[in-house]
Amino acid sequence: MILASNALPDNAGYVAAAYLVFLALLVIYIGIMAYKLGRVERDVVELNRLADEDRAPAVPAPAEEEASHV
Amino acid sequence: MRRAVSALLRKELRLELRTPQVIPAMALFSITTLIVFHFSLQANSVEGALAAGVLTVTLLFSSILGINRLFVADHEEGGFDGFLLAPVDRTAMLVAKALALGAFLVVLELVAVPAFGLMLLDPNLTGAALGQTVVVLLLADIGIAVVGTLVGALAIQTRARDLIVPLIALPLLLPVVIGTAKALAPTFAAAGAEALPVRWLAILGLYDLVFGLLAYAVFDFLLED
Amino acid sequence: MYGSRLRSLSAATVVTLITGFSLAAFVAPMDADQGFMQKIFYLHVPMAIVALCGFVFGGICAVMHLRTDDPKWDLRSYVAIHISVILGVGVLLTGAIWAKASWGHWWVWDEPTLVSFLIIFLLYATYTPLRFSIEDREKQARYASVFAITAGAFVPLNFLAVRAATSLVHPRTFDSAGNLPGAMRTAFLVCFAGMILLYVLLWQYEMAHKNTVAQLRSLKRKLAGDDGLRSRRSAAPELQV
Repeated sequence: MILASNALPDNAGYVAAAYLVFLALLVIYIGIMAYKLGRVERDVVELNRLADEDRAPAVPAPAEEEASHV
Repeated sequence: MRRAVSALLRKELRLELRTPQVIPAMALFSITTLIVFHFSLQANSVEGALAAGVLTVTLLFSSILGINRLFVADHEEGGFDGFLLAPVDRTAMLVAKALALGAFLVVLELVAVPAFGLMLLDPNLTGAALGQTVVVLLLADIGIAVVGTLVGALAIQTRARDLIVPLIALPLLLPVVIGTAKALAPTFAAAGAEALPVRWLAILGLYDLVFGLLAYAVFDFLLED
Repeated sequence: MYGSRLRSLSAATVVTLITGFSLAAFVAPMDADQGFMQKIFYLHVPMAIVALCGFVFGGICAVMHLRTDDPKWDLRSYVAIHISVILGVGVLLTGAIWAKASWGHWWVWDEPTLVSFLIIFLLYATYTPLRFSIEDREKQARYASVFAITAGAFVPLNFLAVRAATSLVHPRTFDSAGNLPGAMRTAFLVCFAGMILLYVLLWQYEMAHKNTVAQLRSLKRKLAGDDGLRSRRSAAPELQV
């Protein structure tokens, strides 16, 4: 078999495609984790709001209960 | 343990004898499959590797029917609870169910193999060919019985049990498929049965051993409450 | 804490992978009979080996889970199998590309390793649906562990059977990965190390995420009470903290 130096342009496409598949998988994975991170962020913001409410609630009545608990 | 196994096994066989559901279904299915093969392959007779493949596939898909039904009665009618209360080794159920499934497979083959011999096989299924077929199918049956019991027990607690069983059992049984088909191919040679390839019998035996031990080790965990 | 080592791990992974791929592209000599397309080997084979080891690692974690009943082991097993399945997709795709480049067909049955890998992949692809179809959390974990152990034991048996079944008419380069010439071997080993680091990195990443979510749930329960939690059915194990 002759050395494949003549075939370089043809096969380079396949090699590139293979490495691009690898890259695509990684980026898709990052994308999915980014979505999950968004959900975590949303939850943390919500919890922060809840914690603020606990410390200085809008309604006075629960505040007395909270004060006696804390 | 032996008494527990024999008690359970007798229960299984008696249930099936009283209201035959599984075995007739498997047998009918196998014959229908042979007809499907005739039409889809457009062949009046098969021989050699093709014949081995047709028989292997027919038996494999028929056994899936049996695996699907193996634990259904226990699950629906509380047989598991009763068994768990008894002071016996839980692997007794594995052994009993595997033996029962194996027995069902043997009965299935008593119908399917002659049907195959009459309907599709080119060389005559007598003498050496028949004996060799029996040996190979026995080894295959052990593998299918063990893996089938394990997968059946795994799937019985899921909601999509009829879907899960084939999806898990078929890849796990592929070495059995490979071994059975490769071992039977020389047996169905047109010029007359050739010798059994020992390598494939060894692989089937190894598979049976490995999965037998594995099932024995993990089955307990499937029955805990 | 799973997140503390992520930074150094990422740095190590990037450096190793880039070094490995650069070695493969610029330093390793051209393969005599396959030419440039042999370079896929430096990507495809490390991914395959790491994916298979990941499956076996998942099985080992499952054994630990059944022995200790600690749900953390179940989570480790789940993440291990999850990431191996993702790598498995990559293995099959790059394998198909390599097959097309070499033989002109997207799939060849002559390559026993690739065929075995497809069977393994199809088996492990049922892991998540199996988990999802069992609602009770403890049962889900236990049954998943039994599956992971069975499948893990199946991996070597499957390779043996398929290899015995295939007539090795076209021996491929990665079947003789042991006798690679110098520069090729170095490139391969560096890529292999990089892939291992990538697997560990992704594993830690997912474990850190799961741990964070578990802490969040606990916090939510403390602040908003039990009705603050929406418990959805899911295939992934949930840690209780």
